[in-house]
Amino acid sequence: MCASVKYSSRGPALIPRMKTKHRIYYITLFSVVLLGLIATGMFQFWPHSIESSPEWTLDRRSVHDAPLVKLPVSSPIPERGDLSCRMHTCFDVYRCGYNPKNRIKVYIYPLQRFVDEVGVPISSTGLSREYNDLLSAISDSDFYTDDVTRACLFVPSIDVLNQNSLRIRETAQALAMLPRWDKGMNHLLFNMLPGGPPDYNTALDVPRDRALLAGGGFSTWTYRQGYDVSIPVYSPLSAEVDLPEKQPGPRRYFILSSQTAIHREYRTELERLKEENGEALLLLDKCSNLSQGMASARKRCYKGQVYDYPQILQESSFCVVLRGARLGQATLSDVLQAGCVPVIMADSYILPFSEVLDWKRASVVIPEEKLPEMYTILKSIPHRQVEEMQRQARWFWEAYFRSMKAIGLTTLQIINDRIYPYAARTYEEWNNPPVVKWSSVSNPLFLPLIPPRSPGFTAVVLTYDRVESLFRVITEISKVPSLAKLLVVWNNQNKSPPEESLWPKIAVPLRVVRTKENKLSNRFFPFDEIETEAVLAIDDDIIMLTSDELQFGYEVWREFPDRLVGYPGRLHLWDHEMGKWKYESEWTNEVSMVLTGAAFYHKYFNYLYTYKMPGDIKNWVDAHMNCEDIAMNFLVANITGKAPIKVCISYLLACINKFASVFGTMPLKVVEHRADPVLYKDDFPEKLKSFPNIGSL
Amino acid sequence: MQARKKYVLLGLCTCCWLLLFYWGGLQERLLALLTRRRGEVVRPWPDWLDRALLPGYAENAELQNGGGPGESPRQRRQAWASIYKNSHCRMDTCFDFGRCRGRDGFRVYVYPPEKGDRVSESYRKILASVAESRYYTSDPREACLFVLGIDTLDRDQLSTQFVPNVDERIRGYPLWNDGRNHVIFNLYSGTWPNYTEDLGFNVGQAILAKASLNTEHFRPGFDVSIPLFSKDHPQKGGERGWLLRNTVPPRRKYLLMFKGKRYLTGIGSDTRNALHHIHNGKDIVSLTTCKHGKDWEKHKDARCDHDNQDLWELCRFCLQQSSDLHAADANNGVCLFPVSFWHVPQAACIPVLLSNGWELPFSDVIQWNQAVIEGDERLLLQVPSTVRAVGVDRVLALRQRTQMLWEAYFSSVDKIVLTTLEIIKDRVYAHISRNKFMWNALPGGLVVLPEYSTHLAHYPFYYLNLGISPGQEFTAVIHAVSPLVSQSQPIMKLLQVVSKSKYCSQIIILWNSEKPPPHRSKWPPMPVPLVVTDGRRKTSSRFLPHVTIETEAVLSLDEDTVLLTSEVNFAFHVWQSFPERIVGYPPRSHFWDPVKKIWGYTSKWTNEYSIVLTGAAFYHRYYHYLFSHYLPPSLRALVDRTSNCEDILMNFLVSSVTHLPPIKVAQRKQYKDMPGPQSTNMAPWATPEHFNQRQDCVNTFASWFGYMPLVHSQLRLDPVLFKDHVSVLRKKYKDLERA
Repeated sequence: MCASVKYSSRGPALIPRMKTKHRIYYITLFSVVLLGLIATGMFQFWPHSIESSPEWTLDRRSVHDAPLVKLPVSSPIPERGDLSCRMHTCFDVYRCGYNPKNRIKVYIYPLQRFVDEVGVPISSTGLSREYNDLLSAISDSDFYTDDVTRACLFVPSIDVLNQNSLRIRETAQALAMLPRWDKGMNHLLFNMLPGGPPDYNTALDVPRDRALLAGGGFSTWTYRQGYDVSIPVYSPLSAEVDLPEKQPGPRRYFILSSQTAIHREYRTELERLKEENGEALLLLDKCSNLSQGMASARKRCYKGQVYDYPQILQESSFCVVLRGARLGQATLSDVLQAGCVPVIMADSYILPFSEVLDWKRASVVIPEEKLPEMYTILKSIPHRQVEEMQRQARWFWEAYFRSMKAIGLTTLQIINDRIYPYAARTYEEWNNPPVVKWSSVSNPLFLPLIPPRSPGFTAVVLTYDRVESLFRVITEISKVPSLAKLLVVWNNQNKSPPEESLWPKIAVPLRVVRTKENKLSNRFFPFDEIETEAVLAIDDDIIMLTSDELQFGYEVWREFPDRLVGYPGRLHLWDHEMGKWKYESEWTNEVSMVLTGAAFYHKYFNYLYTYKMPGDIKNWVDAHMNCEDIAMNFLVANITGKAPIKVCISYLLACINKFASVFGTMPLKVVEHRADPVLYKDDFPEKLKSFPNIGSL
Repeated sequence: MQARKKYVLLGLCTCCWLLLFYWGGLQERLLALLTRRRGEVVRPWPDWLDRALLPGYAENAELQNGGGPGESPRQRRQAWASIYKNSHCRMDTCFDFGRCRGRDGFRVYVYPPEKGDRVSESYRKILASVAESRYYTSDPREACLFVLGIDTLDRDQLSTQFVPNVDERIRGYPLWNDGRNHVIFNLYSGTWPNYTEDLGFNVGQAILAKASLNTEHFRPGFDVSIPLFSKDHPQKGGERGWLLRNTVPPRRKYLLMFKGKRYLTGIGSDTRNALHHIHNGKDIVSLTTCKHGKDWEKHKDARCDHDNQDLWELCRFCLQQSSDLHAADANNGVCLFPVSFWHVPQAACIPVLLSNGWELPFSDVIQWNQAVIEGDERLLLQVPSTVRAVGVDRVLALRQRTQMLWEAYFSSVDKIVLTTLEIIKDRVYAHISRNKFMWNALPGGLVVLPEYSTHLAHYPFYYLNLGISPGQEFTAVIHAVSPLVSQSQPIMKLLQVVSKSKYCSQIIILWNSEKPPPHRSKWPPMPVPLVVTDGRRKTSSRFLPHVTIETEAVLSLDEDTVLLTSEVNFAFHVWQSFPERIVGYPPRSHFWDPVKKIWGYTSKWTNEYSIVLTGAAFYHRYYHYLFSHYLPPSLRALVDRTSNCEDILMNFLVSSVTHLPPIKVAQRKQYKDMPGPQSTNMAPWATPEHFNQRQDCVNTFASWFGYMPLVHSQLRLDPVLFKDHVSVLRKKYKDLERA
C-alpha cells in the first residue's frame, strides 16, 4: 500500500490525463487508505490496554486456580528409566545448540492440577512449598526461558520431591501427557525422598522414560553416572533455625550422633564405642517424654537430659550420618550447617553433587562395616585438617545446601557443565571457599619448565626522543649473546624516528614500532613482533648494564620464567637536569619489586597487563605517566603469588596506595635474597667464571 | 486545482499516518516501560497468593527419621553380596577388604609364570612394574590384590598373542575365588570392526583395568580405565612432554588437526568420514589413511591419502575420536603411525576429544575437563567454532595441564601400573586417601603419600594454592657420628649457633656413633629443646620421618658444619620462598660423560650445580617421609652399606618430584670443601674411593629413576646487599661477607 501511494504521488504528469473518469477510483483509494489508517490507529491504541490489564490481576492468584486436567485411565504410561542412559544416548543435544554464553535454556511447564477420572488428585500434597521455591528460583535465574521452542531442558511443574505423597501410576501418566514429553527427552525431575516401604528403592519409582533424575539418595546401582545428578535431601529446619557460623576449632564433643532412627545393630555398636571412650562421644535419641509435634523435632535427649537439636551439632567436631532405610538423610544438611564434619556411613551412597564436589575435603566416609573402628580412624586425622574440614563443610552448606534455590541452580549448573564442557566451572571454583579463593593464587605458568636458551629474548626499548642515548643502549644490548630481536617502541607522535641508515648496525633484527599515542602502557603491549617467550623491557637511558649482566639476567629468568627478573639498586640512572650519573640513594635489605627500567619477564604478562589489568589502573598509569613498573609488579605478584628476583627501591607511595586499593590486597611478597652467579665475588680465577663482568662497573 | 487538493489530501493522510505511527510507537514504548516496572510482579513462574500456605514436601519428623531404621545392616550386606555380582560388582560387594588388613596392608601378589607361557612385551613390563613396586609381595597369604601371570592384554582372537583356554586355567587356581581381589589388565578386546567388550573369558568379580572401556560396561568405582600403550612404551622414567616453552600466542601452523586411520567400515567410520567436512586445508586439517587390516583396498575411495610426517607438534588442538583409543592392532604390525591418544598430550597439543561413551583413562581421579576439550561426536561440525573461541589464557592452561598429566601418570609403564594400584588402594583405605586436588595438582598423586597426611597444608607443594605461607620455625637435625670427648668439638659450636636463630624451634641430635650418647648434662644449656635419638648407625636414618619433627622446615646438618646464625637465618628466609626445594650451601654437579657413556659427578667449583649437600640444607619434612617410604629399600640399603650418597639420593628424589634444581645460597666460607694442608689424616669423605662410590651412586640412582632427574642451575641467592659497596651498617647479613 505504501508503495502504491508513493507511486501515485510521484506522477504529476499522469494526473491531468486521468480526469473525472478516475475520480471515483481516487476517492475509493483515499477512503481505503483512511480506513486503513484509522484501523491501524485503533489497533495500536486499543488492544494493549485490553490484553495487559487482566494479566496483571491474574498474576496474584492461588495455586488452586491452576487448570484441572483429567487423566484418562487408558492414557499411556512411560517406560521405566533406562539404566544405560547417558548424555550421548538419551539426551538430545541439538536442542541446546551452540551459544556464545554457553548457557542452557530451561523451560518450566505451567502449573496444572492432574486428577484421575474420578477426580482424585495424583498427589496428596500437590505443589509443595519447596518445589515452588525451586521453580521460582529457576524462573528468576539466567537459565530460564519462556520460549518452549528454544528450551534445552524442560522442568515439569509436577511435584515429585517426595514419592510417598504420589500415586505412582497416575503421576507417570501425567508426565507422559506433557506436551513436549517425547519419551522424556531433556526432561529433568527433582526427587528427594525416593522409594517407599518396605524395600525403599534408591531412585524414584515413577516410570519416567529417558528423563534425567536429580535424586537424593542414589545408590551406585541406580545412579547413572554422568546422566543423573545426585542432590541433597533438603532440610526445612535450616530455614527455621539460624545457626551463625562458628569458628573452626576443637569442640566440646568429639563425636556426636543425633539421628533418631538408627538401627538396633548400629546403636549397640555406638554404645560400645561410648563405653570405651566416654565423654568424647554423645549419643542422642528421641525424647520419649516430650509431647509429639513440632517441638520434638527440635529436641534430642540423652538419659533424660534434653538438648536443642540443631544447636547441639555445633558443639561437636564430628557428627555421625548413618543410613536409615533411605540412603539420603536430611541430617547431612543440618550437620553441614552446624559446621560439624559429617562421618558418613552409608555404603554405596552417591554423595550429593559428588560429580563436582570433593567430599574428601569436607567429610569422612567410612564403610558401615568399620563402624567399630570409627573412633580410631577419626582420631588419626590431624587437628588442622579437622578445622579445615569444618570450614569446608559449612561452605558446602552455604553454597549448595542452604536453600531449594541453591540446590536447583547447582543441579542446572552441573548439567550445563556437561553440555558445554569447555566452559565448565573448575574444581577450584566448585570447591574452594571464598576465603581460599581470595587468598590463593593460580599461577598461569604453573608447569615447572626451564625454557631452552634458544631462541633467546626480545628487548623492548621504549623511547621518546633521546636518540643518542637510545643508540648507545642498542649498541650495548646487541652484544648480549641471547638477544633474538630488538624492538624499539617509538612513543613520539610529533617526530619521526631517525632514518634507517642512521641506526646502529647490529647482528639481530631491529624493528621500530610507532605508537598512536604517547602512553606508558605501550611498553607492555603484546606486540606480534615479540616472538620469544622472554621479554627484556629496558629504558632508553640504561646503558650501564654490561652484556654479561644482561645475559645472566636472562639465565636467571630461564630458571624463574614466571617471575619478574630485574636489576639491583646498583642501577645507574642518567640525571638529565644535573647532567651526571646519579646513584639510587636508598639501599634496603628487602625486595618486593623490581623496576621495569630493565627487567626480564614472560610475554604472557604483556597480555595480562594490556587486557586483564583490574580496575582502571591502566588508565591511571597513562594519565599520570608514571608507575607502570609498579603496576606490573602488582600484577605479576597478584597472579603468581611470587616475589620478583631482584630489586630496586625507589617507588612512589602514592601509586602503591592506589594499586593496593584496586587489587584489594597487598599482593607484593617481600624476600631478602637476590640472584647472583654461582661464583659471584668468590675467590676464584675470573677467567673460569661464566659471567666475570658482573659488578665490575 | 483539483489535483492540488488531491495532493494536499494525500499529504495530510501521510502525515496523519506518520503521526499515528509515531504516537503508536511512543505509546508502545510507554507500555513497555510500564510492564517492565511491573515486571517484578509479572514473572514466568507466578508468585502464588497462597505461597505461605503451601504444604512442606515432607514432615519434619519424616525427614529426621530418614525412612526409619530399615532392615538389618548385616543381612542387607549379605543379601547384596549375592545380588550384586559380576556386571554389578562394586568394591562393597565384590572385594574382600579383610585381605588388606595384614601387617603391611596393601600387598600385591603376582602369579608365577607357567611353563610354555608366552608373555607379550607389554605384559612383561606390567608384571615387572608390579614386582618392583613397593607393594609387591611373594607370599600370596599376605596379599590383598592378585595379578594374573597369564597375558590377558590382547584378547583379539585374530591376534598372535591371544592366549586360549584362559577360563579353564584360572578356574584351576586355588586363589581365584571367582576373581575376588584380582586385577586383570587388558588393552584390546574383541576385534575389528566391532571391538566388543568381550574378553573371551569370565572375569567374574575381578577388577578390570582396561584400555578404552565403554561406559556401558564400566563398573563405576570398581573397574579402572587405563590408557592404551604400545609395546615400545618405556618401562621407567619416560620422556618428558614436548612442551618446552609457553609461547603466547601459541605459534602453531594449524589450529586443529586430526590424524589417523579412517575406518572405511565398522565402528567410528561415520564420524571419520564427517571429519572430512571440517577440513579446510588452511588451519584445520584432517590427515587420514585407510590402510587398516587386510582388506582395506576393497573399500578404498578417493580420499585415501596418507601422510607420514609427524605433524602433531605443528598444531594447537588435536582432534581425537573415541575409537582412536582402540588405535590399531599394534600386534598385527599394521600400525602405520604411532597414533594413539597418548602421543597427543606429550606433543603439547590440546586434545579435542569426541569420546561419546568412553571412559577416559583414570577418570576416577583425573579431572579431564581441565586438560582437554570435550566435544560431542554428534556436534562435530561445531568443533571448529568451539576451538576458535578458546582464549589465550585457557590454551596456556590446557597445554600445561596435559603436560602435567602426561608426566605424572602416562609417560611410562611404571607410572600407568602404579597409578592403577594407587587408585585401588585409595578405594580400599578410603579414609586415608588422596583427594581430587592431590591427584590433579602438581606434582601429581603418585608422589603424594596419603599415609603421611591427608591434610593439604602438610605438603610443600600447595601453599600458593591454599593461600597460606610455610611455617615460621624449623627443626635442626644434626647427624653426629663421633663420640663426644671435649667441649670444644665443632658440634658444640654448631649447637650454639643454630640454637641462637630465632626461627629454631628444636634441635634433634641423631646419635650415630659407636659410643652410647653422652648424658644430658654434657650438652650445653640452650634456649630450645634438645632431643637425642638413636640413629642405629645407619646413614639413611638421617632422613627417617622422626615423629619429633613438628615443623615444616628441617635444617639438616653434619656435626662438623661451620655456620653462622645469620647464614642460617638467611637460608631459612630463602627456603620460605622455595618450600618445595632443597636450599643449601655447598653445591655439587653432575655431567654426562660421552666417552664412558655414564653419568659423572664432580665437586669442582663450576659455574653451575645440580646438587646441594645435605650436610647443611633446609628442606620440607615431607621429603623425610618420601625418602623412607617412596624409595625402594634397595637404594636405602646401598646408602647404608656404603655410608655414603644419602645426600645425592635426596637431591635425586626432590628434583624428580619438582623437576627443578636445588637452590644454593651465599656462604661465608668454603665449608669443608678444601681440606687445609695441615690436616694430615684425610677425612673419610675426601678419599678418592669415596668419590668413586659417589659416581657409582649417581648411575645407580639414575637407572632406578629411569632418567636423570637432576637439573642444573647457574645462580646463587645472596642477600640483597651482598658485597655491594654500601655501608656495612645498612646490611642485614653483614657477617656473611667476612672471610
